[in-house]
Amino acid sequence: MSKLNSNVPTGDLDKRWDKHLFELSLIAPQNRAKYNVIVIGTGLAGASLCATLGESGYNVQSFCFNDSPRRAHSIAAQGGINASKNYQNDGDSTHRLFYDTMKGGDFRARESNVYRLAQLSGNIIDQAVSQGVPFAREYSGYLANRSFGGAQVSRTFYARGQTGQQLLLGAYSAMSKEVASGKVKHQSRAEMLEIILVDGKARGIVVRDLVSGEISAHTADCVVMCTGGYSNAFYLSTNAKGCNTSATWRAHKKGAFYANPSFTQIHPTCIPPTGENQSKLTLMSESLRNDGRIWAPKNIEDCAKDPREIAEEDRDYFLERMYPAFANLVPRDVASRAVKSICDEGRGIGTEIHGEKLGVYLDFSSIIERIGEDKVREKYGNLFDMYERISGENPYQLPMKIYPAPHYTMGGLWVDYNLMTTIDGLFAAGEANYSEHGANRLGASALMQGLADGYFIAPRTVANYLAKNKLEPVGLDHPDVVKAMDDVKDRINKLMNSPEPKHSPDYYHKKVGRILWSACGMSRERESLKAAIEEIKALQADFWQHVKVTGVDKDMNQTLERAGRVADFIELGHLMCRDALEREESCGCHARMEYLESDGEAKRDDENFAYVAAWEYSEDGAILNKEQLDFEFVKPSVRDYT
Amino acid sequence: MNFTLHIWRQKNAQSKGDFQTYQIEEIDSDTSFLEMLDQLNEQLIGKGEDCVVFDYDCREGICGACSLVINGHPHGEKKTTTTCQLYMREYANQNELWIEPFRADSFPVIKDVLTNRDAFDRIIQAGGYVSTNTGSAPDANAQLVKKADADAAFDAATCIGCGACVAVCPNASASLFVSAKIAHLDYLPQGKVQSDSRAVNMVRQMIIYLKARFRAIVVRLIWFVKWN
Repeated sequence: MSKLNSNVPTGDLDKRWDKHLFELSLIAPQNRAKYNVIVIGTGLAGASLCATLGESGYNVQSFCFNDSPRRAHSIAAQGGINASKNYQNDGDSTHRLFYDTMKGGDFRARESNVYRLAQLSGNIIDQAVSQGVPFAREYSGYLANRSFGGAQVSRTFYARGQTGQQLLLGAYSAMSKEVASGKVKHQSRAEMLEIILVDGKARGIVVRDLVSGEISAHTADCVVMCTGGYSNAFYLSTNAKGCNTSATWRAHKKGAFYANPSFTQIHPTCIPPTGENQSKLTLMSESLRNDGRIWAPKNIEDCAKDPREIAEEDRDYFLERMYPAFANLVPRDVASRAVKSICDEGRGIGTEIHGEKLGVYLDFSSIIERIGEDKVREKYGNLFDMYERISGENPYQLPMKIYPAPHYTMGGLWVDYNLMTTIDGLFAAGEANYSEHGANRLGASALMQGLADGYFIAPRTVANYLAKNKLEPVGLDHPDVVKAMDDVKDRINKLMNSPEPKHSPDYYHKKVGRILWSACGMSRERESLKAAIEEIKALQADFWQHVKVTGVDKDMNQTLERAGRVADFIELGHLMCRDALEREESCGCHARMEYLESDGEAKRDDENFAYVAAWEYSEDGAILNKEQLDFEFVKPSVRDYT
Repeated sequence: MNFTLHIWRQKNAQSKGDFQTYQIEEIDSDTSFLEMLDQLNEQLIGKGEDCVVFDYDCREGICGACSLVINGHPHGEKKTTTTCQLYMREYANQNELWIEPFRADSFPVIKDVLTNRDAFDRIIQAGGYVSTNTGSAPDANAQLVKKADADAAFDAATCIGCGACVAVCPNASASLFVSAKIAHLDYLPQGKVQSDSRAVNMVRQMIIYLKARFRAIVVRLIWFVKWN
């Protein structure tokens, strides 16, 4: 008997959310001020949730580790946000967005959740426009759309290459309005280090003030985690340096199941690393694939040449060759694997690191020839400038060099239809939950999901939870609160005083990152996963024996912050490999070498693996729980992009 | 590349800081400025010393977390470039770098070169929003916006809120930050309804942080906004 109850409503797919909304309990406006909600993380999901709960009249305490909610990594999303408005009259509909998301995720997501996301997508655009988000417009004054990331309809709304920034600033401003009204009490530079459970329910958190180093406890009626994804487990990723798994991992260790941790998206178009000391990778928006053509030299001896000197017939536009219908717009996982296979053949270009050249060209010469440099600048100016700043090369003259990099994590805390984890009263929204993207997320769908959760879903389901649970207040002297505080202090002590301090936190972070990238990155294989699991175990022991944190804990100490996060990445990395090992099929991002078609396509096994892997923490090793996925409305098909 | 770094070290807001000198060697030209500081911090950990604390996050020039005054210039000398997007190839001809925090009364130093920029959050809270509640919005295409206005709104809205404008201004004024937000929302019909009160409230919040001798000028600015 599965311990997982997804609480999915029954009946017609398009009526489920409405029906569910009607069944959810309400709290009358005059009573809402009696309830307190903690929100951790104030990116798109968190800020939009704080704003909406605050407006409704609940008391919200929010926390973020940055110096302001406006810094959250949602801000870096470039390309756009999907919505099935069908403003372009090109055949889009709620059902098509639903189907595309299911198919893009390789049929490893829950139908009801995905349908609800598609249904709410239009409301998000309405909401953002009303906040003053300056989306791109046509000369007619109507909103502009583009086709994005493999979609055959134009449903993506955008604000030049800074859509995430504009949507986050919209959510942040809405949240700021509620900070001003007093309904949201926000604390920046505060990191959540433990979740407090009382009688099995999430009732609060322990927080470290990153300025003073003080540890404090905060209690409420329920807790919502909007703490983002864990791509930084790989060390080098496109995520902001601060992005981490600590909040979700602490919750996992207290009983929240972690779902599909090995489902990590590798984005095909990032700027390749140039050296050993590189601290992060930068994404070049997928929208560039609309107009740029990806190629590599046909002949290995051309790889060191100036690309402009390689004749047209000596260039291999491999995505156009392999996938004539979708060409350069195939989904991210398909594109990433194709790039990798070209580089594995030795046809990569760029800087050589560890004996490999990891890069292919993304070329704009044909579009520049066709529409002119000015038009290209208008469309992609900021991205081209960014590329030039980082690489020192002018992409109007030379093709960009790109290589895949970890970018987004579909895996995360398991949640039911109400976005509640397996801990009562602990919710997870946005990238922090595993939710709608299955085994692969479509471009421009992350912003959509974060905002659907924060503006429209969590506010209703959190209210329902509050209405149904009459909870006594928890004082700061409650034994469970004191215990959680003590646990946090003990852990900090251990990090500050390892038996034989020798290596910095970054040393360990790079190590676990390299293990994960080679064993649990773009391609996975049984034996190397088994080896990686052992390596990570050894690394974990080494870490606690030798990690070196300088400075003191009662002070601003970024080395200590990093050490705590790396410790959690190591443990999560172990689970990622176990999850990847257990899933003996290929699907979406998860490419098991043993289960690939001869042309490199994923060989899915719906009979045995059409489930969500929800891992339960246990001292003796994680326990696998399965949520079977039923497909009542879509027929899982083979993803064929040729 | 080898550098002599003079870095502002300050224990906390109350204590007096000063420059400490460090040597850093064999820096690759493709290393970013912050990666160079990462390498310095790795050296300091090796020696058992407390690391230099500095703000950073996205490292792709959009979050606005990074700051630093480099050789007297906020975000260094390169135009339209944040500190995190500076690469050491820019410093090929220099071997001495002076690294300081953003200097402004409204941005007190927390530690070393890291400052408190909460003042910007408070300015936004004073009125940098449209008072629309979730769920009340009409269809997004119900109200048309001229492309030129949408583009102009975007140009203003693209401000990353890093605070360099305050750091570079001899008066430490936040006028650029404030006017960017006022302009962004004023170009759009959705924001126009509250334009007057927004401008007054945000400017009022801003001047709390201006030195007394400049207050009179800004009061006149409020007066100007109100009556025009």
